[in-house]
This record gives sequence, structure tokens and C-alpha cells, in this order.
Amino acid sequence: MRVILVGSGRILYYLARQFIRKEYDVQIIAPTLLEARELSQHVSRPVLAGDATDPKILEGVGAFRADVVLALTPNDEDNLAVCQIAGLMYKVPRTIALVNDPENEEVFHKLNVSVAISATRILSIILEEQAGFEEIGKLISVAEGRVSVAEITLREDSPAAGATIDSLVLPDEALIGGIIREGKVQIPKGGSRLLTADRLILIATDTSMDEAIRELVGENGN
Amino acid sequence: MKKRTGQSPESIVIVGCGRLGAMLASHLSRSGSRVVVIDRDSSSFDLLEAGFSGFRVTGDAVEHDVLREANLAEADLMLAVTQKDTLNLMVAQVAKVLFEVPHVIARVYEPKREILYRRLDIETISPTSLTSQELLRRVTRKREQP
Repeated sequence: MRVILVGSGRILYYLARQFIRKEYDVQIIAPTLLEARELSQHVSRPVLAGDATDPKILEGVGAFRADVVLALTPNDEDNLAVCQIAGLMYKVPRTIALVNDPENEEVFHKLNVSVAISATRILSIILEEQAGFEEIGKLISVAEGRVSVAEITLREDSPAAGATIDSLVLPDEALIGGIIREGKVQIPKGGSRLLTADRLILIATDTSMDEAIRELVGENGN
Repeated sequence: MKKRTGQSPESIVIVGCGRLGAMLASHLSRSGSRVVVIDRDSSSFDLLEAGFSGFRVTGDAVEHDVLREANLAEADLMLAVTQKDTLNLMVAQVAKVLFEVPHVIARVYEPKREILYRRLDIETISPTSLTSQELLRRVTRKREQP
């Protein structure tokens, strides 16, 4: 896999190291000559110094042949520009940007960035899970962030424990995609009875997610 | 693209209160438009004319909260004129796609990204190109005059 990494600091170093270990073809762009030189010594690979929002720089590391471009600078606007140049001018099939403002995740999807990752959002999810809500795990966002897939564990006192799928009153835009019981995946059918300790894969639009979770695990589940 | 013609747009958001932003804001405010100017450094607003009657928002325009505070969704026109090309491009796109501002113009210095601007369908103005055209025009005219 041909990967282009754009960024600075430790995140650039650790990702570069990890990808090199996986024997990916990694091209690295750092903003200054000093940083490029230091990083190059650490990872034993050439590192190009330059402004990756200048199309010539991306072209210089072979953007035309790249499979993935990762934009990891501290500035949302630069990460967007790098991904758009890569995607629109060099037809890189997959572009990944780091965003600071979690609200930019959705906008970046609309602006042709394949994946936008907000460290803030990920950390706040982890924090919430640590704070005792571990029965609900948000797994992934799909459909430009409008739909989420979550994993929910039924407790003894959850309203859905002991109920059949038919008897649940879920919002229209929510459905149970699978039941994981004792390590096996079951396809939910109308008559399937849910049991305590079942893990449910819940698929819902963001507006229906909270209501669906309340229906399944009750008020205190959220 | 919807454009108001023959009249000054009613509501204008200007991102970046440098020399150009402050000059535009002061002028447009004087001519009767409702102007909101955004800058991440509140001391930049010192560049505005004393008679400026618009609003000032301090904050980073890559944050949606800041754009919402400037009431961008109600704007007829947005001018992105910070010192940074990529910031102007991003704010211009967010204004078009998310806030559905009918007319958006971004100032960009770097002509190398010209293809990108066209692909993104963003109206841009480049001081570098404008200055060079004007200089060349004057130089050529001098040369042609014997």
C-alpha cells in the first residue's frame, strides 16, 4: 500500500514508524527542514520538507500513485486543503483528515474527504465509557455521519430483556441488526426473545438513536 | 448562483480583519449594509474606521460556533479575506455547503492552486494575479508610447 503522511510532531512520527513496520510504501511530508531532517533520522526514511497544501509538493512524493493520503496537521483548514488537492487533482482514492472541531467531521465528508477523524470526539466517547456507561458503545458513523451503529448490552433491569423483537416499540429510523449471545451472532427475527447479557447491534439515525436506546435499556442507560 | 445586482447586499460577513478586511468592512458599513466581521485576534478590530457600525466577532472561523455567532446563515454575501489561503478556502466552502450563503468570495494569494479553486467551484480573487496584470499593463503601455 502506498501511503502519504502529512503532518508534524509525535503523531507523524508514530504513524510513520507503524506504517514502515507494516512495510507500507510510506512517503512523509513535514513542514520545516529541521523537522524533516530529525524525523528522517528517526525513521530512516527520506522526509520531504514543504507546504503540502502546495500541489507541487504532493506531486513530488508521487500523489498520482498513492492509495491513501493522511493529513494530520494541527490545522483543520490545511488538512482539508491537502485532502482536496489529493482527491481532486491527483485522484487519490482515500483521503483521511484529522479535525479539531468535531463539527467539521460532517462538513469534511460533504467536501470530498473520505474520512474525517475528530480526536476530541473519540476522546469524549472513551471518557463517557470510562464514566460507567460501558453498556453502550458507539462503534461507527456511516452515511456521512447521519447514521450510527452502536453496541448495547442488556442488563437484568433493561426493559428489552425478556421481550420479543415484535413487542419492542423502536423509532422508525432504528433497527436491531444483530444479537450477539454467548459469542455467536444471531439474526433477529420477529419472535426472537432478547435475554439479559445479550449484546445488540443497533443501527439508527442520530435523531432516533437516543430514543431507541431508552426503549432497550431504559432511562438510566444513557 | 443567486446574486443581488444593482443594490448593496443587505447582510455581509467578512472573515479576517486585516487591512483589506477592515477597509471592506468600513466601506460596506458606511454604505448601509449590515456587516459582521470575524477575526481571531480582537486587536485587529482597531483597524476599523471609527464610524463602523457593524458587529465584531472574536474567534477562529474554522469553528462552526464562531460562524453561527456571526449569523452566517442569514448572510447574502461572505468575503473570506484572512491572510491564509487554506483558511479562506475552507471557510468559503463551509459557507456555501453548510450555511447556504448565496454569494461567497475567497481571497487567495497562491496561483499554483488555481486548478483546485476551479474544481471546488469557489469564486476567488488573487491579489498576486491582479497586481501582476496591472503592473504588466502599465509597463507595456509605457513601452508602447515612444
